[in-house]
Amino acid sequence: MVVVMGVGQTKFGSHPDKTLPELFAQAFFEAFDSSNIELRDIEALYIGNFVGEITDGSANLGGFVADEIGLRGIPAMRYESACCSSAVAFKEAYLAIKHGMYDCVVVGGVEKLKSAGTAIGTRALATAVDGAYEINVGLTFPGVFALVTRLYSETYGIPLDKLREMIAHVSIKNHRYGAKNPKAQFYKKLENLKVEDVLNSKMICSPLTLLDCCPMTDGASAVILASDDFAKDRIDEPIYVRGVGQSSAGSLFRQKRDIVKALPRRLSSQRAYKMAKLEPKDIDVAFIHDCFTIAEIVALEALGFFEYGECASATVEGLTDVGGKVAVNVDGGLIGKGHPVGATGTAQIYSAVKILRNELDFVKVDAENVITDTLGGDFGTIVNVILSVHRG
Amino acid sequence: MFKEFFEELLNGTLIGLKCLECGEIVCPPKSTCDRCGGRRFEKTVLSGYGKVVSYTVTYVAPMGYEDETPYTVALVELDEGPWIVGRLKVDAETADKENLIGKRVKIYAEEFKSEIFYPNKEKRIVPVFEIVE
Repeated sequence: MVVVMGVGQTKFGSHPDKTLPELFAQAFFEAFDSSNIELRDIEALYIGNFVGEITDGSANLGGFVADEIGLRGIPAMRYESACCSSAVAFKEAYLAIKHGMYDCVVVGGVEKLKSAGTAIGTRALATAVDGAYEINVGLTFPGVFALVTRLYSETYGIPLDKLREMIAHVSIKNHRYGAKNPKAQFYKKLENLKVEDVLNSKMICSPLTLLDCCPMTDGASAVILASDDFAKDRIDEPIYVRGVGQSSAGSLFRQKRDIVKALPRRLSSQRAYKMAKLEPKDIDVAFIHDCFTIAEIVALEALGFFEYGECASATVEGLTDVGGKVAVNVDGGLIGKGHPVGATGTAQIYSAVKILRNELDFVKVDAENVITDTLGGDFGTIVNVILSVHRG
Repeated sequence: MFKEFFEELLNGTLIGLKCLECGEIVCPPKSTCDRCGGRRFEKTVLSGYGKVVSYTVTYVAPMGYEDETPYTVALVELDEGPWIVGRLKVDAETADKENLIGKRVKIYAEEFKSEIFYPNKEKRIVPVFEIVE
């Protein structure tokens, strides 16, 4: 059995004064210091990073990061799968421990998109769309999810104006939690948004406005992952990695009408549920890839929490909030907490572990099972992880 | 074969690949069939007509594309079945005010200057959809 020991996350926001390895070190030290281990216990480093080449002119991060945190010499790998980078790193680290290759590793991610500025940041993000047949048109990620929004409206017969009002509630909810989370980019900001605020903010890719979008973010996150045998004498509350699922898809246009159903995510989550021997009804909290308001809606449907076409109204009714069917993104999500792309997957793991240990001061949920959901590109890479306080 | 695909489109011809295993039309070209995974194809000329299935007006563009805003990106379902991404030839105000989904379009191509990361360093060819009804 694979367990999470300690977790760490930097404040999300702006870190122009730090290199990528320095920023990661901050998250690592928090994870390390709460794991009751020695540096020599860590056998490998798995680091997720999306576009260090573009934002900081820096690739080949494995060795630089390992050296920065005092682990020179260990196997150190950088993973790139767009927004899913550190989630894929997590899955690979999980496999290595599960199959007995290592007993204890560090996995995490780091990204500096805020410091890169909007033009470079937007271009860097757009490297995750099809490099020949989509980018040439100027398709961006807000654009991808704007296309999904219109198609969702047509598919389920919800007038676009009405749908915009409904999905605005995702932004309202996630900013409400982001404003309370001291590590969130929008801490103490945007706490009491109204539907009109979301509808009337700056148009980015119609019909999605700025407040429908997650921000550009600098940040890092880290997780100490170990075998339960290794962890049992060192920490009191191991969090069990019960299920890990992954799937893939090609270019957006080749997925056709399936893009509103996020079918790769259905596959990925079914693999995770099956491994965990759990179902959506067993999940108390979900940390979902809400890169845009509509993204949270289509994700929750694909994950099996709501029927297709019904999550927008469920969100308006509060069924995705604490006390509803499943508490979604109560750390602020990507929209409220921020989205340092390569660090997002393990930042979701951070929040999942914290809420399972009841260590988040700003939100309390009696949670036993949590799912994370990380999406890379226009459904190109998806990873779902199910974490539990129970060994299963 | 993305260069050939775009050069042909610039000359007014939309090419696709017909799978010799299952008959599926693959467009833009890919090494394997979207439906059956087969890799024996014959090149085929498509009608160039289709209908708009979704679109968005882009106001914030990536570096290298800023001068072109606002532009409307559309997903079009071609008569032969494949979906393709391109730009809808329409002004932003109309695109945001009216519902253009279902509009019949004809595809052609326009040439733009390339940008730092685009794989064709000489030019960037963009499919354009003209509303025909």
